[in-house]
Amino acid sequence: MRGARSFARVVAIARKEVRQLLRDHLTFGMIAGIPLIQLTLFGYAINQDVRHLRAAVADGAGTQAARWLVADAGASQVVDVVERVATPAELEALLRAGRVSVGLAIPRDFEARLRRGDRPLAQLLVDGSDPIVLGAARGLASLPVARRFGPAAAAAPGPPATFEVRAYYNPERRSAMQIVPGLIGVILTMTMVLFTAIAIVRERERGNLELLITTPVRTWELMVGKVVPYMLVGLVQVSLVLLAGWTIFDVPVRGSLVDLYLGGACFVTATLTMGLLVSTAAQTQFQSVQMAFFFFLPSILLSGFMFPYDGMPRAAQYLAEILPLTHFVRIVRGIMLRGATLGEVSRDVWPLFVFMGVTLTLAIARFRKRLD
Amino acid sequence: MSDDAAVRAHGLTRRFGALVAVDHVDLAVPRARIYGFLGPNGSGKTTTIRMLCGLLTPSAGEADVLGCRVPRDAERLRRKIGYMTQRFSLYEDLTVRENLEFMGEIYSLPRARRRARVQALLAEYRLADRQRERAAYLSGGQKQRLGLAAATLHEPELLFLDEPTSAVDPQSRREFWESLFALVDGGTTILVSTHLMDEAERCHRLAIFDRGAVVADGTPAALMDGIDAAVLEIETDDPRAVRGALDGVDAVLSVAQLGMRLHALVDRALERPAERVDAALRAAGVPARVRRTAASLEDVFVAATRARPE
Repeated sequence: MRGARSFARVVAIARKEVRQLLRDHLTFGMIAGIPLIQLTLFGYAINQDVRHLRAAVADGAGTQAARWLVADAGASQVVDVVERVATPAELEALLRAGRVSVGLAIPRDFEARLRRGDRPLAQLLVDGSDPIVLGAARGLASLPVARRFGPAAAAAPGPPATFEVRAYYNPERRSAMQIVPGLIGVILTMTMVLFTAIAIVRERERGNLELLITTPVRTWELMVGKVVPYMLVGLVQVSLVLLAGWTIFDVPVRGSLVDLYLGGACFVTATLTMGLLVSTAAQTQFQSVQMAFFFFLPSILLSGFMFPYDGMPRAAQYLAEILPLTHFVRIVRGIMLRGATLGEVSRDVWPLFVFMGVTLTLAIARFRKRLD
Repeated sequence: MSDDAAVRAHGLTRRFGALVAVDHVDLAVPRARIYGFLGPNGSGKTTTIRMLCGLLTPSAGEADVLGCRVPRDAERLRRKIGYMTQRFSLYEDLTVRENLEFMGEIYSLPRARRRARVQALLAEYRLADRQRERAAYLSGGQKQRLGLAAATLHEPELLFLDEPTSAVDPQSRREFWESLFALVDGGTTILVSTHLMDEAERCHRLAIFDRGAVVADGTPAALMDGIDAAVLEIETDDPRAVRGALDGVDAVLSVAQLGMRLHALVDRALERPAERVDAALRAAGVPARVRRTAASLEDVFVAATRARPE
């Protein structure tokens, strides 16, 4: 008797729970959406077998054999040669700006090295700030070349390695070097979207907004007024991570601090405007947390923070290009590790402004000084 | 439209899906008066106020508020009105003074005038000694006064108060109403919604809301004089028995109990109603004293709201 009543009450609660769940579209969406998104994004993003690294060539020899070597490197699919320059110094500049991750430097005495077979034939300059990229490039070091260069070369003892690999920016291959700069962006993405979204939704929940929208305050005034204090909060967070990274993990800032903070401010603003957009859709603080999560998940998986951008399929790369974190990870690694200037990484600055403009416009358009 | 009306509405209607929350409401609110919306919860008072403030778009009909068409001219109207929501909607984590300063800044009052207004309102609404207290720690009555101070800071011509005193004690309510009369003396028009009869009675004019429609309007006195029923007061030792006995009498429209007394509304067409009801009670064997009495506002409300078919 007692057991039967108990059972009936359990059933009553379970049935009520299912009803509420079906009516709470956002939670329901999370039940189905999170595993699916996780699965596809992880499946796409985790590709340690990195191919098609953007590469530039500085061919100092200019001989047929040198062209063969470049063609062989390209045929390996590890690198895609996208630029040709004259000197190794230009290669370094391209690396620093983040335009390429690998540079092939073929020395003037390439033919002589090929004959003697006592030294590596050429140099591979690699952006070592991403260990996975560095690992893939190392695979090229022992690229077999003998077959192409005929019996004369085959008879020779052969070089110790085809390429001598020179890892730039992180020669010790410390993971902190790779993680700390990107972590600034990850932390900001997590906190900034949530802060602004909650700041507006909280007013809606507490009833403040009903009063505020009967006053002469304009929508953009409300939005900008909400965002500005959090920009400062964001820059404080940047400073904290930088300071901790420097003191605890010995991660340097090789570029200018001013550039770093300017880039940081652009990124913080872009994430804050995303938060505003979330706030126009969410009715409760909990809903805004849920929505922020949907934005956070692809950001962390596709931005290149965890897995190299070059290893992802084309569709995932397009999606990644929309996300502010992708661009900020490139900016912050460029400035902190490679000593790049903001000008050199400007290709990743303007997409932040586009993102900012679009989300702010949408947020203002969606926000109504009405209750209907 | 005549100039003496602060608010005019014609055929104002608002639907939420299938529900008609406000159904063809006509209004004419005179200037420098307190105009009351009397009605139970869900009768359309708040929705009407929100439409008049420009917060909700009417589904049909039109409204003219201080010469502004709403919702078209809502932004122009905002500077001229004050709005006090049903729920306390200032910031609980700001102090009394910070809340007032903030509202002053939002309404772009010049610095000197803002200072002066905040100072004057703190004194007028007896909040001066609590000005550094966070709003969360105020009593119900103090919160109410702070809400009114914030709504009147920019000296609006028209004040909307949505059930302003539903959460405060009678003493605070009386003081609150004295403040309202002081504002009216200064020329402010006040539109207040309430479900309390004693509050409604203090208004210069009233509109009685029932299920989205205005079923009666006029001054409280005129409404009580013009009640569409005869009002009987019945004194008895057994009110439940009286109710039971009157249940079957067609001419009796409604019976409401007030302690050991009952108020019965009887069809106006019935002649000598007191004698007829007395006879009915005697026949049922229920001893009671029946006499005619003047209508209260509650009687008016009951008569007006039961006149409509469901």
